[in-house]
Amino acid sequence: MNEVKASMAGSVWKIVAKEGEQVKSGEDVAILESMKMEIPIPSEADGTVKELKVAEGDFVNEGDVIAIIE
Amino acid sequence: MFSKVLIANRGEIASRIIRTCARLNIKTVVVYSEADQQAPYVEEADESYLIGKPRVNESYLNVDKILQVAQKSGAEAIHPGYGLLSENADFAKRVREAGLVFIGPSSEVIAKMGDKIAARSEMQQAGVPIVPGTEAAVADTEEAKEIAKQMGYPLMLKAAAGGGGIGMQAVKNDGELEKAFEGNQKRAETFFGDGKMFMEKQIVDPRHIEIQVLADEFGNAVHLFERECSIQRRHQKVVEEAPSPFLSDQTRQSMGESALKAVQTLGYANAGTIEFLVDEQENYYFLEMNTRLQVEHPVTEEITGLDLVEQQLRVAAGEKLAIRQEDLSINGHAIEVRIYAEDSNTFFPSPGQLTNLVLPQGEGIRHELAVHGQSQVTPFYDPMIAKLIVTGTSREEAIERLTTALHQYEVQGIKSNVMMLKRIITHEKFKQGETKTSFIENYYLPTLTNH
Repeated sequence: MNEVKASMAGSVWKIVAKEGEQVKSGEDVAILESMKMEIPIPSEADGTVKELKVAEGDFVNEGDVIAIIE
Repeated sequence: MFSKVLIANRGEIASRIIRTCARLNIKTVVVYSEADQQAPYVEEADESYLIGKPRVNESYLNVDKILQVAQKSGAEAIHPGYGLLSENADFAKRVREAGLVFIGPSSEVIAKMGDKIAARSEMQQAGVPIVPGTEAAVADTEEAKEIAKQMGYPLMLKAAAGGGGIGMQAVKNDGELEKAFEGNQKRAETFFGDGKMFMEKQIVDPRHIEIQVLADEFGNAVHLFERECSIQRRHQKVVEEAPSPFLSDQTRQSMGESALKAVQTLGYANAGTIEFLVDEQENYYFLEMNTRLQVEHPVTEEITGLDLVEQQLRVAAGEKLAIRQEDLSINGHAIEVRIYAEDSNTFFPSPGQLTNLVLPQGEGIRHELAVHGQSQVTPFYDPMIAKLIVTGTSREEAIERLTTALHQYEVQGIKSNVMMLKRIITHEKFKQGETKTSFIENYYLPTLTNH
């Protein structure tokens, strides 16, 4: 099990991956917006998206879990 | 003159406008979001009103709310600052419909200059040089190749409805043009529902040099010389200076005259900036017009001795310009650097809790601040937290003072770009005035692998 975490504080601009979907390491799970810049949040492991912990528009702090990859 | 002005903005520009208003005995009203409750400008204003949540569309872009505050507080005019609503023609119109003065040009002029194609055609009519290009859509690859034969490479292939770089590509020869044309046309159709393509001569490795103008409602206008703003990262300016280290007096004069032609053709009133691309041979081409006060206005203030916010207020209040072109001259050299809350190596933003801010002091040093030493730097707005402006009698003296000032500058608690700024302004190519738009790519990024 691998947690995808926010690399900085920001708003969730877009969720790219869907629950149940396969992702590869390095593929974007979500895109944050911070200080008017888009920040891609990639998965660090190959696997299936077990659970998305955030929704588009949510505010996250650095280290908050975005998704769980199994 | 006005007795009370509402500032529809935030951060350092709100503080900057408050300072001039206070000097002119004008009361100030500011609006702020939940994220800005502790911001310095909220304290500095005579009145402040919470208008909503941190996101700009729930606060700083909420026109109804801002107009309500203006009416309630008895403000007579609204200064929009830069960014946010400053170039929003509908906002300017709504302000005037509400019986208030918009401190900026008319909504018609804002709308005209906001449309890139209309602006290009307007400038051409005014006799301002524009980048040579096709006037009508190019039908297919064969026609594109014919046009390329006449115009010569390198060329920019652009989608008429394009934006954000989509459907736009630089091409150096027929082969690249053939490859690019259909692909770009398809992308433009997919993204914008319009595959129309046009072609422009590519201005290779240009400089970004802009002319500040001031004009009143009575047809009087002056230009306040140029600012060179070529050093940019992610298409955003980092270092700005006045005068340009590159322009000859002849080109400076010619660009100033072109800018005044643009102002007269448009019937422009208030402060504005005509941006140009300038090539190695000092040919200059209209890029766009900013119908507002700009971030880098302090360098013009430093070399001309004028307060641009004061001039904006006076013109908006219906006064005639008290300055004539022959009264103006360039005194000394000024350089502004933008202090961003971002990583110097990756340019990634760095929101967080500021724990300390050490500002250098000394002759010729000016600060414009959006924060204090214990500010929370939020992720909701752009990363600029301060501007450092240094003036000297010569460019060399300004660079020396800026180097010393940047070594004393300390931003603690979050990352900042101070290290990047130090490396730029101490680089030999910067000292030589080799300040082209490719500077960061050619001279800064390579230093990162060497350290």
